[in-house]
Amino acid sequence: MTGPRFDFDKPGKYIGQPTKRGDTKRLLRGRGKYVDDLTLPRMLHAAFLRSPVAHGKILSIDITEAKKVNGVIRIFKGSDFIDVVKPYVGVLSHLAGLRSPPQMPIAIDRVLWQGEPVAMVVATSRAIAEDAVSLIEMDLEELPAATNMETALDKEEPIIHSEYDSNLSWERTVDVGDVEEVYKRDDVTIVEKQFRFGRHTGVPLEARSIIANYDPSENQLDVYYSGQAPHMMQNIYSKHLNIPEENVRVISQDVGGAFGIKIHTYGDEFAATAVAKIMERPIKFIADRYESFMTDIHARDHVVNGKMAVSKDGKILAIEFSDITGIGPFSMYPRTSAIEANQILNLTGGPYVVPNYRANSRVVFQNKNMMCQYRAVGHPVAMAICDGLVEEAAAAINMDSVELRKLNLIKDNAYPTTTASGLKLDDLSHHKAINKLVEMMDYEKLKDENNKLRNEGVHRGIGFVSMIEITNPSPAFYGVGGAHIASQDGATIRLGAGGGIHVSSSVTEQGQGTNAILAQIAADVFGVNIDMVQVTTGDTKTTPYGGGAWASRGAGIGGEAVYLAAEALKDQVLDIASVMLQSKPEDLNISDGNVVDIGSDDNRISLSDLARTVYYRGNELPSDMPLELIATRHYRVTDMPFVFTNAAMAAHIELDVETGIIKVLNFWAVEDCGRVINPMLVDEQIRGGVVQGIGSALYEECLYSDEGQLLNVTLADYLVPMAAEMPEIHVAHIETPTKTSVLGAKGAGEAGTGGAPAAIINAVNNALRPLGVTNFQIPMTPNRMLETLKAANFK
Amino acid sequence: MKAASFLYELPEDLNTALQLLNSSDIDVLPLAGGQSLMPMMNFRVSQPDLLVDLNKIDSLKKIDSDSNSIKIGSMVKYSDMEKSDLIKEKIPLINNVIPFVAHSAIRNRGTIGGSIALADPAAEFPSLLVSLDATIELMNIKGTREVKSEDFFTGIFETDRKTNELVTSINIPINKSPKKFGFYEITRRHGDYAMAGAFVTTDGDKKEFSNSRVVLFAVSTKPLRIIDIEVFLNGNLLNDVSVQENAIDIINGYEFEGDLHNDTEAKKTYAKVSLKRALGELNG
Amino acid sequence: MADTRTITVNVNGEVHTNTINVRKNLIDYLRDDLGFTGSHVGCEHGVCGACTLDINGETVRSCLMLAVQADGTAITTIEGLADNGVAGDLKKSFAEKNALQCGYCTPGMLASAIEYINAGGNADKDKIRRHISGNYCRCTGYQAIVEAIYSVAENGGN
Repeated sequence: MTGPRFDFDKPGKYIGQPTKRGDTKRLLRGRGKYVDDLTLPRMLHAAFLRSPVAHGKILSIDITEAKKVNGVIRIFKGSDFIDVVKPYVGVLSHLAGLRSPPQMPIAIDRVLWQGEPVAMVVATSRAIAEDAVSLIEMDLEELPAATNMETALDKEEPIIHSEYDSNLSWERTVDVGDVEEVYKRDDVTIVEKQFRFGRHTGVPLEARSIIANYDPSENQLDVYYSGQAPHMMQNIYSKHLNIPEENVRVISQDVGGAFGIKIHTYGDEFAATAVAKIMERPIKFIADRYESFMTDIHARDHVVNGKMAVSKDGKILAIEFSDITGIGPFSMYPRTSAIEANQILNLTGGPYVVPNYRANSRVVFQNKNMMCQYRAVGHPVAMAICDGLVEEAAAAINMDSVELRKLNLIKDNAYPTTTASGLKLDDLSHHKAINKLVEMMDYEKLKDENNKLRNEGVHRGIGFVSMIEITNPSPAFYGVGGAHIASQDGATIRLGAGGGIHVSSSVTEQGQGTNAILAQIAADVFGVNIDMVQVTTGDTKTTPYGGGAWASRGAGIGGEAVYLAAEALKDQVLDIASVMLQSKPEDLNISDGNVVDIGSDDNRISLSDLARTVYYRGNELPSDMPLELIATRHYRVTDMPFVFTNAAMAAHIELDVETGIIKVLNFWAVEDCGRVINPMLVDEQIRGGVVQGIGSALYEECLYSDEGQLLNVTLADYLVPMAAEMPEIHVAHIETPTKTSVLGAKGAGEAGTGGAPAAIINAVNNALRPLGVTNFQIPMTPNRMLETLKAANFK
Repeated sequence: MKAASFLYELPEDLNTALQLLNSSDIDVLPLAGGQSLMPMMNFRVSQPDLLVDLNKIDSLKKIDSDSNSIKIGSMVKYSDMEKSDLIKEKIPLINNVIPFVAHSAIRNRGTIGGSIALADPAAEFPSLLVSLDATIELMNIKGTREVKSEDFFTGIFETDRKTNELVTSINIPINKSPKKFGFYEITRRHGDYAMAGAFVTTDGDKKEFSNSRVVLFAVSTKPLRIIDIEVFLNGNLLNDVSVQENAIDIINGYEFEGDLHNDTEAKKTYAKVSLKRALGELNG
Repeated sequence: MADTRTITVNVNGEVHTNTINVRKNLIDYLRDDLGFTGSHVGCEHGVCGACTLDINGETVRSCLMLAVQADGTAITTIEGLADNGVAGDLKKSFAEKNALQCGYCTPGMLASAIEYINAGGNADKDKIRRHISGNYCRCTGYQAIVEAIYSVAENGGN
């Protein structure tokens, strides 16, 4: 450390400012580079025959007619991959007991879910490939299917994997304190509710997309992939296609939304990549919307029986729940399908002081599409359980739910602390957040208004949630369990001959604005105008090794790596400058693209002059002078398993009691993600997340028949939130920087999605309670509301 | 999700189109706006051998009127109707309903003829036309026939149209003063197909219900005209709340069709609410 | 009767004549045959709005139109939007408000926004929300998009 450090106390030129994203220039001119925009020489297109049933034995697959179609090059069956692909297994050692059988990209003798690939056609166009798919004759013997997760463990149900004794994949129980003792007390109020969460999916507008190309002369596999974690996929393709890791290049350019959908190993993508190796030419596979609904991972399908005990004066004494979730026939590789349940066990009650806690979750196999991690993994369920029970308990003891929250939220000065489930928490601000929230929304006035309107037959409700969000994960998330998933990230910054800098980072961009905040940090910390900063992400060949985008880690981990690299490059520059300028490095600084004297800010030499001297006229420098104008730094969270954020949110809804339709009138969010690097981008993360949460609470659900047939495979039937029905979302911030890093940034990507469902559920129940009814099933469809309202008591 | 192969013709006159439609050995489909047919073809639910594109037949794109009726050519687009002063003046109900039909990019291609030939029970226009007592004109190579809109719609995506016929125009009677109307539809999202909807029309120059029509949509296999309610309403004052309540009760005697998101009982509730609110609109 | 046909279209001021398979959608023709990859495929059934573009001054879903049906028309895709006028103002406003994240809905969203302003749409957030309610955006939650269009409408549309 030779030069002065960046001073966070002074207002930054970029850090903390609503700096515009450079990427929008390209995207607003139609110059984005999404996978499907790319055409490679001799590229072929893939389409898949998929299982029409939930469970069946493949008796025969006849490709005679399909092969005759003009333009069809080759057709692959599951058995064609046996010698090419090493099977993969979705388990992690730190999720003790988790089991799942090996998987292959395409079914071989048995299909286990509707939509599972059974054959792959490679043709000169996607349309021709589809023509051929429709001509493949498959003879299937339909087998009894276990589709209902709530009965999947019953003795009568078919066992999906004969090597196991039941359809159980994983089970975990947390038992802290003694809930039974609490229930025995006669001075406690106990509330119990069943919560039901529908199966959701991410619906990124750009479907899953991949182009794989293989060059046998160099044993080189290049994969253009619309996804979040290039290095993770590099490792997977290397390991399971038997190609050295160095010979696998994974590139993610522009990605049309991901939300956790594009971070898993999908059979169709894997098959396309394997076929590129087999055929030694580029293969493109773009999932269509029908395939997206059927095969993109689903999430959130949980049924939870929850219970809370509070004292007369409103202290939470115990939380208990049992959860069951169905994950499809396999645990997804490599992140596993047990993480959501595990998160629910870990997170429920996390914002509060909960002296006694007992929770159990069972993760079961079933013959449906697989479930796995989708934006805000587990959070929407955990927050809805706890804060739903909080509002029930408050109503039961006739206390305002905000008061009850304030009584039980962990005090802002009580950190570091550990939750009932054992999570280490630090630097949170629940009380500041909820106080700011009620002030921002004018809670008392709104309550009065609702009461008045109720007398006029207008049924409005206010719902709250206080929440925590897992961000900036350490290796404790996956690495400890044996997964080759990096939790550290790296950044390399290089000074160019023109005086600009080039940042390459292992975190990735799917529209969040990652590239923009990395540029802001680099520009401010190093000391150049942001126009002089170029950012590269999403390419295993040109970026440092790292995890990519997941668990809200771009700013906190990727940003910190850029901060460290920028300081390191600055040190290099100032060391060289000090020699050139006969000065001491500590007396110099970099400002606006120039090396300046500290204090006076007088320009001494421009960065371009300095770089040109080093690059072209090295003879002017001492022979022992190090010439590096490039620095790489990596960062991981070391002090904590995760860096939590907190938020308080509120929804204001109106329930049309005649139709059951819920309108969201307003939404407020107060969020503490530590240091805010770009308030505009953070607000947009919150807003987008909130709307995704509202979608899950009111509209979205993958509906299956009892036989395991997905019934809604179009955007006309799977309802996503659209502009006309969405409210204005008011966002405010508390900034409590994390002590785990210099920058102090935590993540902000998932809070909205994690908290909004609970706020909506609670708001609806706030409107329902005066009518003597409640409902804790999402999505809260008009039909479900009408069912609930049947028992309503309209005075 | 790419359409299967087909042959394509783009006739510039009606006769050629009708000739093409008359082929008996191949599966021929007329292509109007394509806003429903194209998705079905992309999903390969529909795989015609020959597509006869009607978009070049100018004679089907006219809106005409005489003293008794307005005649809307089958290839008139929603956006054309939206812009038509004639429709605005003579049948304002049409103008009121159009903003609820999907979204503008769809309305810029979708046609009235295509919509009614498709006969989606959740769509607005089939029921709208029944509520206005419209007549559908159909042609084949042999000639023309007219069918009352009420008789035209026979089931879910089913009409009286024969495969060799084309819907050529829709004739809507007009009165000296335009019909008074009430329209209400229940949707979860703007522009979606309705969960239920109701049209009520009545003579424009009277304070009582007179020659009224009550038609519900998205609750049955086809536009559901409820004559019992019309008979009950006729002669009663438009703004009599108890009359309205009793009219709505008549719905209890009817059976309804559920859909993916709503059971039959919910549909009955929506039917009642939409009728109630349509009656309310009538007076609003 | 044929399954191919020769068409001539004007795309962003360039005239193209191609013989194409009649089953090809307009969006696939623009992207695959002409290389105008700025318009995006989102659902191929007319619901998501990502492929919305301008033909002869009107917005259409280019996944619900055959390429052969575009014969003789003038098409404007996002690549052909001017940097001044309504399109330019909207692009500027979208960038300022961050009315796009992943950018995948943006071509369709801009086409709908231009249509709104050109039709004299006023600075009314509810109307703007209804107008763009046929364009799906998973990232933004819509508010920034509404505000971007609103600010252009507020300044008289140009």
